[in-house]
Amino acid sequence: MSTITADTGPARSATRPAERMQRAARRWRYASNVGAAILSVVLVVWTLTPLYNMVMVAFTAEGDVFSDHLWPPNASGNSFWIVLTQGYWYLEYFWHQFGNSVFIASMVTLLVLTIGSLTTFSVMRMRIRNGWVITNAALLTYVIPASFLAIPFYLIMQHYGLHNNPWSVIAAIVTFATPYAIFIFQEYGRSIPLELDESARIDGASPIQIYFRIYLPLMVPALVAVGTFALLAAWNEYLYQFLLLSNKRSMTVPVALAQFLNSDVAPWNYMMATAIIYALPPIATYYAFRNRMSSGLTMGGVKG
Amino acid sequence: MTTASAIEFGGPAVRRQSLWRYWRGGLRGSEFTWAVAFLVPYIGVFVAFVAYPVFYGLWMGSKPSLYTEVFSDPIYQQTLVNTVLFVAFGVNLKLFFALLLSGFFMRPGWWVKGLLMIFVLPWAVPELPGFISIHWMLNGEWGLLNNALFHFFGIDGPSWLNSRWLALGSAVCSHIWRWLPFWTVILLAGRMSIPTEIYDAAKVDGATGLRRFAHVSFPLLANLYLVLTLLATIFLLGNFNTVFFITGGGPANSTHLLATLGIRDAFDLANPRLGVAVVMSALPLLIPLVIILMRRVKNTEVQL
Repeated sequence: MSTITADTGPARSATRPAERMQRAARRWRYASNVGAAILSVVLVVWTLTPLYNMVMVAFTAEGDVFSDHLWPPNASGNSFWIVLTQGYWYLEYFWHQFGNSVFIASMVTLLVLTIGSLTTFSVMRMRIRNGWVITNAALLTYVIPASFLAIPFYLIMQHYGLHNNPWSVIAAIVTFATPYAIFIFQEYGRSIPLELDESARIDGASPIQIYFRIYLPLMVPALVAVGTFALLAAWNEYLYQFLLLSNKRSMTVPVALAQFLNSDVAPWNYMMATAIIYALPPIATYYAFRNRMSSGLTMGGVKG
Repeated sequence: MTTASAIEFGGPAVRRQSLWRYWRGGLRGSEFTWAVAFLVPYIGVFVAFVAYPVFYGLWMGSKPSLYTEVFSDPIYQQTLVNTVLFVAFGVNLKLFFALLLSGFFMRPGWWVKGLLMIFVLPWAVPELPGFISIHWMLNGEWGLLNNALFHFFGIDGPSWLNSRWLALGSAVCSHIWRWLPFWTVILLAGRMSIPTEIYDAAKVDGATGLRRFAHVSFPLLANLYLVLTLLATIFLLGNFNTVFFITGGGPANSTHLLATLGIRDAFDLANPRLGVAVVMSALPLLIPLVIILMRRVKNTEVQL
């Protein structure tokens, strides 16, 4: 370095500080790129290890689960076939249970969208007096941890004889998902001018017509965001399904899956294959509606 | 002045309205009926599945003798310590990393976008399959983690879930694994809503790198960060799935959180009142947090 600086004549000394700054900037950019590359590798390993483990165990053959390996010696997709054909005793109701999960998730989505949009229509569009009481009650529900209400909720459902009834689970998930829907609809609805409703009203449209013809069509982006959220929330929910559904025919996939977690003879390869099959629909939904969902998150609120 | 006089002028007119007209607001005839009818579904859900369980729970946990029983239980004392540590580490690590990573994901370039797609995978996968996979991965004898440690570094890893602190640490890490993408995406949205003109102005003034973060980005994100901290704390206080699936409360009930201990007392010990009392002991912390959060959200109009 010193020889280079010695060689430069007086004519170039004027540009030297600028050159030095340029070189420092280049070095800084290089270091930051290396740092970013290292961070990326760490992030990928951190993110994918548990998922790799899931796939790896699912592809492990029957006898190899309890052995040391990083990739199964006799990898086979047999576990997936066993799950799909219900070929193992704990999987005998797999499709039935999968159907239960689908039923609960679709009913939750439908109810959350209906109840949430009706409530916000009445409070925000028709401006019913003291509507803020409703939205505040919803906001309060949003911050009550669902697990804290599980015990009284369970006893109440027992009392009503709704044990092993999917509607008890649907009621629970709707209860905790609707506040988020109200939150988002409220925020999103602010961007739709009230004059639209006013002019329709002057033309003689009834509230129900305004709701179906003006409100719902304009709310489609928010409905999609919240619908995706409700679907995923129902698919993710475990505690209430575990407490309220104990019968093999009424339970859902996660409950059936978790039953075998702590038993000594847990068939890990089948469990992981089941887990992967169960995880595929939400992953597809998530990536399909990803942009809508993250815009939903920034619009209103957050809930896992 | 003019606005004040306008309010005074309008005041008596409002007061002269009858109570009935006051309740109906600006709604005419059947419109008011419709507005009320639209609210009925949510009010029904709220009364039946929020208000009723809450009061039922309060009634169940109202006997003072329950609390002497709860507080004298050594498992409960451990649980309290666990919950405080879990929440403190979980919330702060998660949000701090999310803040840093959201800055990283602001970098231009296709591969950062691609990395983001991979990075959000744990959030797209349902909680239960992910946690079951981690549970098996942490198995001391057959788990992937110890296999990898032995394979690459020749280290015999500990059995992660057989000591209280390792198990609790594993639970915190698993929770961060699942939820870091979610909070990162929210903070990323927060950063994206900062107008680029501000950064350009800061650049002209010579603020780059850390100084830009300290004097430009963070002050603008601080409010959002605070609200997210409150929200994450409330959510984590009621967290059930993480500990239930990663450690199962073990070894020897030493890693329970309030939510999991409540469920264990209510169902495994068949003592619902005790379970409710365990959960209710979180209220002195939960209620102030909820009040602060609600005021914060209301007063600052923060865009979550």
